[in-house]
Amino acid sequence: MSHRADKGGEGVNAPEALLSVQGLQKHFPVTKGLLKRQIGAVRAVDGVSFDVRQGETLGLVGESGCGKSTTGRLVTRLMEPTAGKIFFEGHDITHMSQSKIRPLRRDIQMIFQDPYSSLNPRHTVGAIVGAPFRIQGVQTEQGTKKAVQEILELVGLNPEHYNRYPHEFSGGQRQRIGIARTLALKPKMIIADEPVSALDVSIQAQVVNLLEDLQNELGLTYVIVAHDLSVIRHISDRVAVMYLGKIVELADRKSLYDSPMHPYTNALLSAVPIPDPARRKDRERIRLQGDVPSPLNPPPACRFHTRCWKAQVICKTEEPPLAELAPGHQVACHFPENVEQATAPAAAKVAQNVEEALHPKKPVV
Amino acid sequence: MTTGSASPAPGSFLELRDLRIHFPTEDGLVKSVDGLSFKLDRGKTLGIVGESGSGKSVTSLGILGLHKGGRAKISGEIWLDGEELVGASQDHVRTLRGKKMAMIFQDPLSSMHPFYTVGKQIIEAYRIHHNVSKAVARKHAIDMLGRVGIPQPDRRVDSYPHEFSGGMRQRAMIAMALSCDPELLIADEPTTALDVTVQAQILDLMLDLQREFNSALIVITHDLGVVAELSDEILVMYGGKCIEYGTADDIFYRPEHPYTWGLLGSMPRLDREPTERLMPIKGTPPSLINVPSGCAFNPRCPYRERTGGKATTEVPQLLETEGGHLVRCHLPREERRAIWENEIKPMMEVQ
Ligand SMILES: Nc1ncnc2c1ncn2[C@@H]1O[C@H](COP(=O)(O)OP(=O)(O)OP(=O)(O)O)[C@@H](O)[C@H]1O
Ligand SMILES: Nc1ncnc2c1ncn2[C@@H]1O[C@H](COP(=O)(O)OP(=O)(O)O)[C@@H](O)[C@H]1O
Ligand code: SF4
Ligand code: SF4
Ligand SMILES: [Mg+2]
Ligand SMILES: [Mg+2]
Repeated sequence: MSHRADKGGEGVNAPEALLSVQGLQKHFPVTKGLLKRQIGAVRAVDGVSFDVRQGETLGLVGESGCGKSTTGRLVTRLMEPTAGKIFFEGHDITHMSQSKIRPLRRDIQMIFQDPYSSLNPRHTVGAIVGAPFRIQGVQTEQGTKKAVQEILELVGLNPEHYNRYPHEFSGGQRQRIGIARTLALKPKMIIADEPVSALDVSIQAQVVNLLEDLQNELGLTYVIVAHDLSVIRHISDRVAVMYLGKIVELADRKSLYDSPMHPYTNALLSAVPIPDPARRKDRERIRLQGDVPSPLNPPPACRFHTRCWKAQVICKTEEPPLAELAPGHQVACHFPENVEQATAPAAAKVAQNVEEALHPKKPVV
Repeated sequence: MTTGSASPAPGSFLELRDLRIHFPTEDGLVKSVDGLSFKLDRGKTLGIVGESGSGKSVTSLGILGLHKGGRAKISGEIWLDGEELVGASQDHVRTLRGKKMAMIFQDPLSSMHPFYTVGKQIIEAYRIHHNVSKAVARKHAIDMLGRVGIPQPDRRVDSYPHEFSGGMRQRAMIAMALSCDPELLIADEPTTALDVTVQAQILDLMLDLQREFNSALIVITHDLGVVAELSDEILVMYGGKCIEYGTADDIFYRPEHPYTWGLLGSMPRLDREPTERLMPIKGTPPSLINVPSGCAFNPRCPYRERTGGKATTEVPQLLETEGGHLVRCHLPREERRAIWENEIKPMMEVQ
C-alpha cells in the first residue's frame, strides 16, 4: 500500500481499509416484449457498505439469492454497479476505465464456486496457470514453467502435472488449479465465491487450510462468500450477514456468533444442524415461516418483517439503519437481540432467543 | 435367485444381506456397492453417510429395484417385510413402489414431471394404489400439500413444479412420496440443495411425518449434522462398503474407524469453540473401478503402518467392537480406542 492517494470525502474510512464499499447497488432490469419495456428490477444488491482491512478475511453469508455473488462481481469490477462507490487502496475504482483498471484487475482476483466450468478443458494446467505470465510477457517459456511449478507446489499439486488437462483432476485438485491461477497474478486481495461448497467434506477441509496458509504466507486479504455458516465462522475475522440485497448485521466473528443481534442471524444460526446427537432432544429451533421473498418486489422498510417473529408496525414503515450497537458490531433492526450482553457463550444466547421465538408476540404480516 | 432358495426371512422390517451392485463399463467393472448388510425396523431412522461416489445413491436405487432391467449386476438379498426383492420380478417390485416404499430425491425437478401440475402427479400416484375417484384423490392431494406446509394448498395444487421455489418443490415431492403412507421412506440428500432455514423446516417435517406413520426411514447425506439430528443408527460408507456402523452415540462419541475420525476432523462445528485448524483427510476418495487393494482407505490412512502390512494386502472384516457397533479396520480394538481418546478427540475439542 505504497501509493495511497487520500481521496478524502467523508465516506473514506479508517486508513487500514484496503477495500471500502459504500452504498453499492445493482439492479437488474426486468424487461418485457419486443421493445424491451422495463417492467421492474431485481434489486440484487441494494445499498451495501463495508470495509475490508489489509490482511483480514471478511465472510459474506446469507441464503441463496441474497446478493452475495453479485457483490463479489461488483467489487472485482466484472459488473458495473447501478449506484454506490468502491475504493481500493483509497482510489475510487467505481467507474475506472478499462485501460486504467488493468493493473487493478491483477490486484483483486476472484475464485469461483465451480471447479469444473471455470477451467478451460482444452488447456493444460501449465497453460492455465501460466497464462498471466504470458500475458504480462515478462518471462521466457522456461522461466514461466519454473514459476508455474512453484505455484503448483505452493497449492499442494504435483509440479509434474504441468502438462495434464483439467479433466484428469478431482474436484478438490481443480479448485487448487483455480487458486494457483489466481495466485500467479500476485493479487493483494482475493474474492472467493463459494470456494469449497462443491467439494466433499474431507477435501473442503484441505482447501480451507490451503487458503489459510496462503493468507499467512503471502499476506493476502480475503472476502469469502459462502452459505455455510460453520465454514464462514472457521475462516473469517469478520462476518457480514446479507438478506435480500442488504447487509443486516456485520461484526467480528466472535460477537456475531456468540451474541448475534439481528433476528435473521439468530434464525440462521439456530437452523444449522448440530453434529451432536445429545443436543437433538433439548434443542428447539426458530422456525422461520415460508421462503425468502422475491428480490423483484422486496417487502418495504425492514425486508425481514414478513418472516420476523419480533416485527412491529414500525418495521413495516421505517427502514432500520445499519447502526453500530456495540463496538465493531453493526446491525439493522428496530428490536435487536443480545444488546446488553455482548459476551456470554453462544449456545445460551441462541437458546434464549429461541425461547422468545417459540412464545412470540403476534407477528405483523 | 428366488425367494425359496434364499436364507430364511429376517425378523427386521428391512434387511440387506451382502448386497452387491456392479456396473460393467468400458473402463472396467464399477463396484458401486460391494457387500452391504444392515437391518432397519419400523419407526427407526438409519443415516447413511459418505462422500460423493461412495455408493449411497446406487444403494437406495437398488433397494427400490430401480436398477432392475438395466446393465447392473446385482447379487445378495434385500428383505422387505418378509419378502425378498433381489430375486423378485421387475413388475412385482414396481407394485411395491409408492405404497410399500418410496423415495425423496436430491433434485426434486428430476423426479417430477415438468408438464403436469403438482396436484395431478400426486393424484395419479395415489390412484395407482387406491381405487378412489379423482375428486377424492384430489382432496387427498390438497391435504398432503397442506401437511407439508405449502401455503394455500387448494390453489397451489394446480401449479406446475417450475412455479414453486426450491423449498416448496422439495416439500411437494415429500407430499408425493408420502401420499400412499409408504412403510419405508428413503431420502437421498433431501436437503443438500436447500438453504439452512428451509433445510430445518424439511428435517422437522420428515421427523414429524415419520413419527405419525411409524415408517422406517433411511436418510442419505454427506452432512454429519443432518444425520446427527435424525438418525438412530448410522452407517458410514467408503468405496462401496460399510466401514463403520453403530448408534448415533457410537459414531459421534466413540468412533473407531480412521475414516470416520477424518470426517469428524474435517468439519468445522458451530457447537464448539473454533479450532485453529481443520484436520482434513489427505488424498482423494478412491475410484470404484480400481479400489485400492486391502483396506480401501489405506492410501489416505495415517495409521496404515500400524497394521503389520495387512492394510494393503487383506480386506479388513466388518467386526463387532461392542454392543452392535461394527468397524472394518485391522487395528486392534484397544489401539483404536486409545488413538481416539488420546490423539483425535483432544485435538478436536481444543486447540
Ligand atoms: N444477470 C442477472 N440478471 C438478472 N437477475 C440476476 C442476475 N444475476 C443475479 N440476479 C439476481 O440477483 C439476485 C442475487 O443473485 P446472486 O447471484 O448475487 O445471489 P447469491 O447470494 O450469490 O445466491 P447463491 O447463494 O444462490 O449463489 C438473485 O435474485 C438473482 O436471481
Ligand atoms: N449406471 C451406472 N453405471 C456405471 N457406474 C455407475 C452408475 N451409477 C453409479 N455409478 C458409479 O457408482 C459409484 C457410486 O455412485 P453413487 O451411489 O451415485 O454415489 P453417491 O455415494 O455419491 O450417491 C460412482 O463411482 C458412480 O460413478
Ligand atoms: S426491524 Fe423489525 S422486522 Fe426487521 S428484523 Fe428487526 S424486529 Fe424484525
Ligand atoms: S485397516 Fe489399516 S489402512 Fe485401513 S483404516 Fe484401518 S488402519 Fe487404516
Ligand atoms: Mg452465488
Ligand atoms: Mg448420490
